[in-house]
Amino acid sequence: MRRVVVTGMGVVSAIGTGVDQYREAIAGAKGGIGPIETISTERLTVRTAAEVKGFDPAAHFTQTELTALDRFSQFALVAAREAMASSGLTMDETLAPRAACIVGSGAGGQLTIEEGFRRLYEEGKHRVPPLTVPRYMSSAAVSQVSMALGLKGPSFGVSSACATATHAIGLGFQMVRGGLADVAVVGGAEAPLSMGCIKSWEALRVVSKDTCRPFCKDRTGMVLGEGAGIFVLETLDAARRRGAPILAEVIGFGMSADAGDLLSPSPEGAARAVRAALDDAAIAPEVVTYVNAHGTGTAANDGAETKAIHQVFGAHAPTLMVSSTKSFHGHALGASGAIELVATVMAVHDGLVAPTLNFTTPDPECDLDYVPNDPRHEQVDVALSNSFAFGGLNAVLAVRRFAG
Amino acid sequence: MSDIENKIYDIIVEKTGVNRGKLRRDAILGDLNISSLDFVEILFSVEETFDIEVPYNANTQDQDFKTLGDIISAVETLVTERD
Repeated sequence: MRRVVVTGMGVVSAIGTGVDQYREAIAGAKGGIGPIETISTERLTVRTAAEVKGFDPAAHFTQTELTALDRFSQFALVAAREAMASSGLTMDETLAPRAACIVGSGAGGQLTIEEGFRRLYEEGKHRVPPLTVPRYMSSAAVSQVSMALGLKGPSFGVSSACATATHAIGLGFQMVRGGLADVAVVGGAEAPLSMGCIKSWEALRVVSKDTCRPFCKDRTGMVLGEGAGIFVLETLDAARRRGAPILAEVIGFGMSADAGDLLSPSPEGAARAVRAALDDAAIAPEVVTYVNAHGTGTAANDGAETKAIHQVFGAHAPTLMVSSTKSFHGHALGASGAIELVATVMAVHDGLVAPTLNFTTPDPECDLDYVPNDPRHEQVDVALSNSFAFGGLNAVLAVRRFAG
Repeated sequence: MSDIENKIYDIIVEKTGVNRGKLRRDAILGDLNISSLDFVEILFSVEETFDIEVPYNANTQDQDFKTLGDIISAVETLVTERD
């Protein structure tokens, strides 16, 4: 099987539009959670989120382009352009049909749906804007990225709630590894900060009004985020031939389903996904030094995820660094796995281990090294990125430092 | 039994199918086998029925409501504040 490497990445998140800004925020332990500013919070009880600040669509797109772009597709395109530019890859007639594009979204163009339907139900209008459907379809982002970059190979969106982007990236990895594609542009995008969507999360009673404190005893829940993360994957041979920057090697992908509770995660299900990723990479648990946790900051996730890590890593678990970057960029749902893989790649590429921010009191149920509050500078050879979704859908990626 | 208590028990029975005979002010939520999913459904119905907003976060549930009486008292207070 072919070796697969990351040669480009791009990100739009609450801690930065662009990988450099993102890295600076991680290195400076500066989170992006704050009061919601992009919509009115008058009727909301949850008034805190991790918004993409200062994102001016007009700086990235023409007015005509914007007619067809929901915010989640805008995020995907901005991240995809950055990923492609940083990889230095150019499409030509030979490569394009061999270039896959898999970009997922948990829910698609929610702002577009809400605005269109608000006109119908609240204002009594009889029509919605003509591009409502191609803006809100959950595959809108992947179509836009494929069109913008000229990717003509296997292209589709995937959807698995909070594990969406990790599934998308994993599938692209498998396609390149197995020879179905030579390049894969992969990731996830989400823009869920709409009145209806926030109300829906309020109703589940799992959102913090304060901030996101993963693995802490006094954690009060998750904080919603938004954004996109996009990666360019290609074979090691091709990357070497063209002298491309190699940010990391993707070595394994594991998936599982709890087939249990709708909302309550199962440590066993999560552990099976982690094990599957290690088996796929053909590595022993002991070579892993960093885990970018799903770490939502909810009572349910953080205890279950800690148990899963103990189950898989046994005596090695206490030596792992485990952090949740949701404490920086919130929970961007279908984009979160991609936004978090940026931090995971930075761990192996830059030796920069992101901390878990807002860490106060340790929870006896969460007894690992969560890299509290301060980043660490350490060589990381192998790192995992965990994503565990509502509905029990789990996905885990394994990446390795590329030493040449 | 107050009207509020009565209505809350109606809602719990409707959402969970629990035997109404078990519903008393001192009944502990955990003992009634009410799942967290059922519980947020119950709160939704309570809020809709009484036109109130019950502050509750599933992540800190142990601090908020232990018994049915805790819920009933909270709703009674919120209904009084509403009026």
